[in-house]
Formats: sequence, structure tokens, C-alpha cells
Amino acid sequence: MSNLLDVENLWIKFPTRSGVCEAVRGISFSLGRERLGIVGESGSGKSVTGRAILRLIRPPGTVEADRIDLEGRDILRIPELEMREVRGQGISMIMQDPKFSLNPVMRVGDQISEAYLLHADTSRAQAYARSIEMLEAVSIRGPERVYTMYPHEVSGGMGQRIMIAMMLIPDPKILIADEPTSSLDVSVRMQVLEIMDRLVRERGMGLIFISHDLHLVSRFCDRVLIMYGGKILESCRADKLHEARHPYTRGLLNSLPRLEAPRDRLDVLNRDPAWLDQPSVSGML
Amino acid sequence: MNGILIENLNVWFSEGHDRVDAVNGANFEVPAGGSFGLVGESGSGKSTILRALTGMVKTWSGRMEMLGRELGPTRDRSFYRAVQMVFQDPYGSLHPRHSVDRVISETLQLHGFSDIDNRVSGLLEDVGLGPEFRFRYPHQISGGQRQRVSIARALASEPEILLLDEPTSALDVSVQAEILNLLTDLRKQRKLTYLMVTHDLTVVSHLCTDIAVMQLGKIVEILSVEDMRAHKTSHPYTSHLLNSSLGRRREATEAG
Repeated sequence: MSNLLDVENLWIKFPTRSGVCEAVRGISFSLGRERLGIVGESGSGKSVTGRAILRLIRPPGTVEADRIDLEGRDILRIPELEMREVRGQGISMIMQDPKFSLNPVMRVGDQISEAYLLHADTSRAQAYARSIEMLEAVSIRGPERVYTMYPHEVSGGMGQRIMIAMMLIPDPKILIADEPTSSLDVSVRMQVLEIMDRLVRERGMGLIFISHDLHLVSRFCDRVLIMYGGKILESCRADKLHEARHPYTRGLLNSLPRLEAPRDRLDVLNRDPAWLDQPSVSGML
Repeated sequence: MNGILIENLNVWFSEGHDRVDAVNGANFEVPAGGSFGLVGESGSGKSTILRALTGMVKTWSGRMEMLGRELGPTRDRSFYRAVQMVFQDPYGSLHPRHSVDRVISETLQLHGFSDIDNRVSGLLEDVGLGPEFRFRYPHQISGGQRQRVSIARALASEPEILLLDEPTSALDVSVQAEILNLLTDLRKQRKLTYLMVTHDLTVVSHLCTDIAVMQLGKIVEILSVEDMRAHKTSHPYTSHLLNSSLGRRREATEAG
């Protein structure tokens, strides 16, 4: 079994007053030791997919799947206590906004050590040393000083790097990054991506990169799944994204303003209702 | 006539020990009917310039002119009639309990228009919203439609200058294209002057003809979009921004 993660026929549903909302409708994909991008607009189901893998969808929302296997072990049906082991050590997730995902009343360093202490049988002193090492690994200058800071004292880019340090310290097999850079400035964005890229490659992790930025994904990932209306419309190699065939993908690509090719008017996406009824494309390897 | 002229503008917050100089000696001008972009990272002072122009920040020195009139410490109604702003977040900038109709007609009332009913439907049509949107509330419409309402509200007083503060950064790319097209059309139809603040170089190069690059409160370079496309930059920070938005650094690191 070479795949890190296999997801088959995943459905995510939320009951509402006006009927059941199907956020994700029967998608299948797998992840090897690669960088897999999931792109789509808001409401396409990309973020809930990431959350469902970690079983973070709260009731009344329901998750159904034929299987969600982490290295051959079905994590959909294991008890919650075992799932806690999986979160962090098996799979960890970088959330979109560091401001809302870090504990505001706890020093950032303690939050990183906590993540390590929970998963490794070790002493506080060692956890401190590892945290400092990790902060250095994400290119933070003066890690001893940053360790003692509170989240409101760090900038957005720094906060995001702290989140990355926290998520990587238990040495997970899979990292899910949900729009990790969309709240950052362009120059900081590249820096954070480079750090993630380096760590993922060095440690041989699998990365699921969730984003709405097509150009970013095509540069950064190996493979891309394009989601629309809770389905995978297209699956292709990231460097071949610009040759994508599906009219939705083409529409998205054409609606972006381009620096090197100025146009008077941008193409507007015409949505075809038939896309919603198409069967989902398999993202299996 | 100049649309906007700014000479040696300084803006600061707090006094004494806590003083923060947000903008340092900024100079630029936008001709009437022009479109000018301010780019830079968060904290570079680009939004602060907009706030100083509209009078939301009082602590500034230097010279600011709009439509040939020098700006003093206060702004009168004719200023707000000629200058309007579109904000970044369409979710936060509309009153959640006011319908689209009320949002726009209130602005019209404040500026003393009489045929409000006709004007509201005309404005909605101009921004591409059908009459069915008129009596909806913000939570009943999508982000792109909300941004259209914000634009309609800004256009209500028949302004000559629109200040755009990251008008598309909260929107999906397909919706962003619609809003950018709308802004392009409106500028042509109404001969508007745009001053746009953004961190996205591709958006600014689409909508504007000239760009000022800001870093740490200073304008480090003013250049035309053509020069930027041709990589004719003189300041290293501009090329750095340009390369990061084109993703050159990653290719460079992979090759090396």
C-alpha cells in the first residue's frame, strides 16, 4: 500500500430548514507522497473535505464515505479516542487565519510545546528545545524571544509560520493546509510557501493544499483537483493546469487578470447547470 | 485640472513616545479621469492615505488637493458628494438590517436628491442588479452582489472620484472579474477618477495606468503599468513585489 490516504465516495451533508444541503457529493481521491492541490470557489466543498478527513465536522452535519483510509487503516470508524492520536501525529491541519486559530491567552511557544508534549513521551525541557528548533526551521529570527510572545504581538506572516511549526512538530504523515497563505501579503506568501515546501519534501509528507488561487496551486503542487458544487470536475497534473479542458476550469483561468497579457475586459464565467449533474471525476492515483 | 494632488503628505498616529509615522513625505498626482493604484504590503500606509484624504484621520501635514481645491482640516458636503469610497469587505460595509433600497435611498436623501425612486432603480441597473434585488437584505445576496450594492451606493451622489480600498480582495476570482469589468465600464461611462489601494499587482495592472509602490510609509517608486510589465523598475522592492506575484522566486530556488 503506497498511498498515504484513500478517500472513497465521500458525502458531507448538513440538514437545514429547507432540506438537506449536500456540501460534498460523492468524491473519491487518494494522496501519495506528493503535493495535492484542491481548488474551487467558496462553497465548492473544498474546506469541508479537509475537515471531514480529520473528522472535525460537527453534528448535525454528517460525513459518509465508503472508506477514508490512512495508510490502510480506516479512520472513519475508529473511536474518538483513537482519532485524537491520528490528529496531529497522523494528519494535521493548518487553518486559514492564524489570528483565529491560535489561543489568544497562551504564549505561542507554549502552544507549540503542548502539541509536542501531547504526542511524544518527553520532558518539558526537551519539548522547549524542540519548539525552539521548530521555530528556527520556519525561519523565525530570535526564536527564544518569539517563544514568549502572545499571538496578538506577532504579525500575520509570523503567526502563520507559528501555526506551521505547531502542526509539524508532531511529525505528521499528512499535512492539510486550508488556504494557508490567503491572508498574507504576496512577499510573505512566497516565504511561507517555500518553508512548507522544504519541510514537506525533507520529511516525505503528503500535503493537501486547499486554495482558491489557481496560479498559486499550479506553481506549488504536483497534482490538482478542481471542485465545483461538491464534486470533482477535473483532475490533472499541476503543470498541465493551463491545458485543462473542462469549461469551468478554463473559465476560472480566463477570469484572472494577467500581468503579462493585459486585456480590456476580463472573461466572465458562465456557469452551466449541467456541471452539477455530471458524475464526479476520480482523483485516485 | 488635477483629480487628486498630494504633496509632502505626512500622517501620524498618537503623540510623543507612542508616535507612529504611518505615511512619510508622500507625493503623487492623479489627473482627472485617471486611474492610479497604491500598492504595498499591509502596514505600508496605503489605506492611511485614503483615510487622510477622506478626513477620517485628522493628524496630517502637507498639501492635499482634490478637483483643484485644497483640503483643509474638515470636509464639507460638496466634498463627500464629489468623492466616494468603496470598501474592502462587502460583508461589513452594508448595514445588516437595512434593505438595498434603504441603503441607497438614504445616501440619496442625505445628498438632497428629489427623484429618489427613479434614481435607486437606475443605480441598481447601472451596477447590473435587477429590480428583484431592490428590497433584499444583505444576507440574502452573495458577496459579489453586495459589492455591487456598495458600488451603487458610492455612485449615488454622482461623484467624480472613487476611492477603492481593495474592492475585490474578499471575492472569488470569477466574481472578481465581474466587479473589475463593472468598474472599467463605469469609469468609461461616467468619466470617473479612480484611486485604488490593493496588494494585488495583477488587479492594479488591470484597472490602473499608473502605480505608486509603498513600503514602510514611503512611496519608493511611481511607475506606469507598461513599465512594470516590461520590468523597467528602479527600486529593488518593486522588482521583489513583481517577482513574488509572478512566482519567480520559487522557480529560481528550484533551478538553483
